[in-house]
Amino acid sequence: MPIKTEQFYLNVGPQHPSTHGVFRLRLSLDGEVVTDVEPIIGYLHRGIEKLAESRTYTQIIPLTDRLDYLASMTDNVAYCLAVEKLAGIKVPERAEYIRVIFSELMRISSHMMAVGFYMNDCGAFFTPVLYMWREREKIIDLFDMVCGQRLLYNYMRVGGVSQDIPDEFLPAIKKFVAEMPRYIGEYNQLIKQNEIFLARSKGVGILPKETAVNIGASGPVLRASGVKWDIRKMDPYSIYDRFDFEVPTGDVGDCYDRYWVRIQEMTQSLRIIEQAISQMPAKGPVCADVPQFFRPPPGETYGYIEAPKGNLGFYIVSDGSIAPYRQHIYPPTLINITALKDMMIGWKVADLIIIFGSMDVVLGEIDR
Amino acid sequence: MTVAVNTEETGKKIEEAIPGSVVSSDKGSLTVDSKALAQVSEFLKNSPGLEFDYLTVLTAVDYLNYFEVIYRLVSLRNNQSLILKTCAYGRENPTVPSVTGTWRAAYYQEREVFDLLGIKFEGHPDLRRLLLWEGFNGHPLRRDYL
Repeated sequence: MPIKTEQFYLNVGPQHPSTHGVFRLRLSLDGEVVTDVEPIIGYLHRGIEKLAESRTYTQIIPLTDRLDYLASMTDNVAYCLAVEKLAGIKVPERAEYIRVIFSELMRISSHMMAVGFYMNDCGAFFTPVLYMWREREKIIDLFDMVCGQRLLYNYMRVGGVSQDIPDEFLPAIKKFVAEMPRYIGEYNQLIKQNEIFLARSKGVGILPKETAVNIGASGPVLRASGVKWDIRKMDPYSIYDRFDFEVPTGDVGDCYDRYWVRIQEMTQSLRIIEQAISQMPAKGPVCADVPQFFRPPPGETYGYIEAPKGNLGFYIVSDGSIAPYRQHIYPPTLINITALKDMMIGWKVADLIIIFGSMDVVLGEIDR
Repeated sequence: MTVAVNTEETGKKIEEAIPGSVVSSDKGSLTVDSKALAQVSEFLKNSPGLEFDYLTVLTAVDYLNYFEVIYRLVSLRNNQSLILKTCAYGRENPTVPSVTGTWRAAYYQEREVFDLLGIKFEGHPDLRRLLLWEGFNGHPLRRDYL
């Protein structure tokens, strides 16, 4: 007698530890195999784009902290870069170097969180996250040293940074950069050859090159699919054209490649920080002379950077007043999850958690 | 460096291929008639020398008399970028054709613009609210929404 089967619907989230925030997935299942995926978002929508229309350009900076809350510093940088482009403000040399150092520290910190929680999703409950947090704590201490904040920094200003780095900062960061390769080696020793991890991530959730480009993926997700596209190299903003670094790419675009690209990027970021410390001018102003209420000329501009999670941009339209007429945030992770359907269909529910974990999603940025 | 393409030259090329589609091509952006948008997007993606295969930003601005929909296209092969614009008229039912068929990157972004600005994208496979809930009254990013 044939067994009577029917399609089964499963709701994952919004309150679920592997959804990295308040993300909801509505799955259609055939037994344990996923046949359809529908992401449902908006649980963390705070209307940042609308709020920005009633604030001055400087007052918006703390709002941008709340986008990608695991990489607040790069959100600050992207926004300030866009406003500077709009208003034609030149950033002092020393401030540019400080921005590069902090962007790269933020990238290392964000990738650590990504890899740590990804291991959590793979079933290694919390030990890898604690290994990552041991070093992330040191990065956060460095941030604390310069701006007194551990997560939401509000450190960048239009035209530079809010204050100069203290005297004890340079010895501390030099010590961190010297120590870090050893810890990356330790991660590799623990994770890279782990048979369970390899079995669960190699060949799982493949995102082909053509699909990755067509859905507009960016950051490690795009590079893991074999597209060598890094904005720091292809369209160097700030002073990134002065540094020597490589753009790691993956071969097939599976979960393993996305993990491995992130680990390699951490090494490259350390290289950039090393060069930036040695090239940085010892003295000088750290912020251009920008009035508190400034009025950029009417017009529109798009400023974008390579954030840890991908291409983060701000499209700002000015009507010549002290507040933007329209400010649009281009969130890389929202675009990356367009591919979830392609990657998840045909896999089992347990693999789906791994595929989602490998995307490194932050809901503060998706929902805004 | 990602170079912004010369919009006037590109405008001429498009005008030759699809007559009557280009509205203006100065000030660093290319504005096309919304009726020809589907054809223009296919042309920009597939014609040699342009090859804009990568759509990044898709957003819209409310100018009260009309809505301006903005597309930022990038060609990964040639490392070039282009800002494409089109206009939607009317407060009740502004409509532009969807480009999801050409670039799937538009899928969530068109839903977001529909949600927050109330612009309908004709031909979108699943046009529903994205960030706000079904039954929400109004479109918050319109300038007359308080």
